[in-house]
Amino acid sequence: MKFNLKVYCDKTRLKDIREFITEKLKAYVHDDLEINQMVLAVDEICANLIIHSNYCNANEAINLEVFVERDGVTFEISDEGEKFDLKKYKEPSIQEVVQTKKKGGIGLMLVRRIMDKVEFVNKEQKNTCIMHKRFKHQ
Amino acid sequence: MINITTNIEGEDHIIMVEGDVDASSSIHLDEALTELANDDSVKYILVDGSQLNYISSAGLGVFMSYIDDFKNKSIKMVIYGLSEKVSNVFQILGLDQLMTIVSDKKEAKEKLHEVQS
Repeated sequence: MKFNLKVYCDKTRLKDIREFITEKLKAYVHDDLEINQMVLAVDEICANLIIHSNYCNANEAINLEVFVERDGVTFEISDEGEKFDLKKYKEPSIQEVVQTKKKGGIGLMLVRRIMDKVEFVNKEQKNTCIMHKRFKHQ
Repeated sequence: MINITTNIEGEDHIIMVEGDVDASSSIHLDEALTELANDDSVKYILVDGSQLNYISSAGLGVFMSYIDDFKNKSIKMVIYGLSEKVSNVFQILGLDQLMTIVSDKKEAKEKLHEVQS
């Protein structure tokens, strides 16, 4: 099963994204914690794309595709903003985040803890974050 | 989407956070905590999370950014009333070990005023 949502790059749209994912996953996953973790991971990636790749420019959009498979879910989130290079990303320690008081930088950390697979693919103008999560109980 | 109210009970400042704390709304939580951090008379903060529906890294980041400030100013903060869903988000990165998080207000007040040995 495939679901699709396109949203403009405005932070206030994050709630719409969360509601969309929650509603679609409810038909397949019955554990609220498991749903919330997947919603959180998608929210974090979308927030990064909206804020850091597209500078909250509402003329730009991000496209979210959800593929529900037998064993889990794959999320593909794409945009045409600035690309993100996962190879250059160095995950900070929690202590570093506390000491620098940056109030940011832990979104991707959460995503990597939650998802079974996270990758960023850049092709021509299009950047896509692909995440996969296996269902806990099948 | 987010509603933050601050009440005073004796020497305790209680921040009630209602709704979703995400990248678009975390600024309001930040402002409420800044106000308390800048008030020299504040020594005890209770965060009532019983009406907190959702938190993302933006909200966690706000709480984390005050850990050192509060320690330096001898301000104690206890978070209580989190739902299992919200509490789980703190646990993913082990933040429940860095902050004091308890189940209810009574326990939160006890924790806040417990005598340090």
